Amino acid sequence: MRLSYPSEIKIIQVPCTGRVDILHLLNAIEHGADGVYVAGCLEGECHYLTGNIKTRKKVNYVKKVLQEIGVEPERVEMFNLSSAMGLRFAEIAREMSEKIKALGPTPVKKKKAA
Amino acid sequence: MIVADRKSLEEILSMVKDYKNILVLGCKGCVTVCNVGGVKEVEILASALRIARQKDENDITIETKVIERQCDNEYVAQIKDIVGNYEAVVSMACGVGPQFLSEAYREQKFYPAVNTTFFGGAVAHGIWEERCAGCGTCIIHDFDGLCPVARCAKSLLHGPCGGSSKGKCEIAKETICIWDSIVLKKMEQGRLNDLLKVKPVKDWRTARDGGPRRSIREELTK
Repeated sequence: MRLSYPSEIKIIQVPCTGRVDILHLLNAIEHGADGVYVAGCLEGECHYLTGNIKTRKKVNYVKKVLQEIGVEPERVEMFNLSSAMGLRFAEIAREMSEKIKALGPTPVKKKKAA
Repeated sequence: MIVADRKSLEEILSMVKDYKNILVLGCKGCVTVCNVGGVKEVEILASALRIARQKDENDITIETKVIERQCDNEYVAQIKDIVGNYEAVVSMACGVGPQFLSEAYREQKFYPAVNTTFFGGAVAHGIWEERCAGCGTCIIHDFDGLCPVARCAKSLLHGPCGGSSKGKCEIAKETICIWDSIVLKKMEQGRLNDLLKVKPVKDWRTARDGGPRRSIREELTK
């Protein structure tokens, strides 16, 4: 299909979205990512039964934490799609990228050493 | 175990607003089991605090450590070499932790990151409920192992009140009427008459009413 998606997106592969932890998402934000999203399998189709459902809850937890400290919770999202949905993958990447661009750069910046 | 809930990030941030170098100290005891102050929660809190402070362009250095228990001086002593390296220490243990720390290290400032709520257990994954009030004179054998002191909203010892309806308590729809459960269990076992027995008045001097409590076991003391 040779589909393209925005080049600013860096992919980190995990065996199952269930492996993704609250800390992974927070660390991404802490270290300056403008946004981070999890692309999991369709609900009900997890090879490990509930990995994607558990991670949706973790994503929601991170959104809550960000909201509490005044960072836009929309910077963290969860999507569900199957590995056969390449078109949707590219579409989500563009959607997320546009949304983050509209939000602007992350407010979480380390102070530069004087 | 002792169950606790993390304080709001807003409250914790306001506690440490004047500091630029703190330690977040977890505990591997009860608060690890109830997922509020163990290794993972310590890292999450530290990360959230760093993000919040970076956002406000007021960077903070946060180190993390988790000790076996904060309610035993021999473990509290394990941080003696590092405790002075920080402007303040945020403890994620129950209310006992910051007190043992404050007593052991008089020159350091300690802040609690959790609200200690009750003695209880996990009834389902992620849900904890109160089971014991720590009243000091246990009488649950009279009620087939169910505690009306901790689990009845009014701590009634002689039967349900008028707020009991369809097995639930009037205070909240998810709160069971423990007296309904006690009576039901006695009926199932054919021992309902047990509840008619006249019992001595409960000794409340051993509860908090008698002031701070102390437990001494001579065979263990040095």
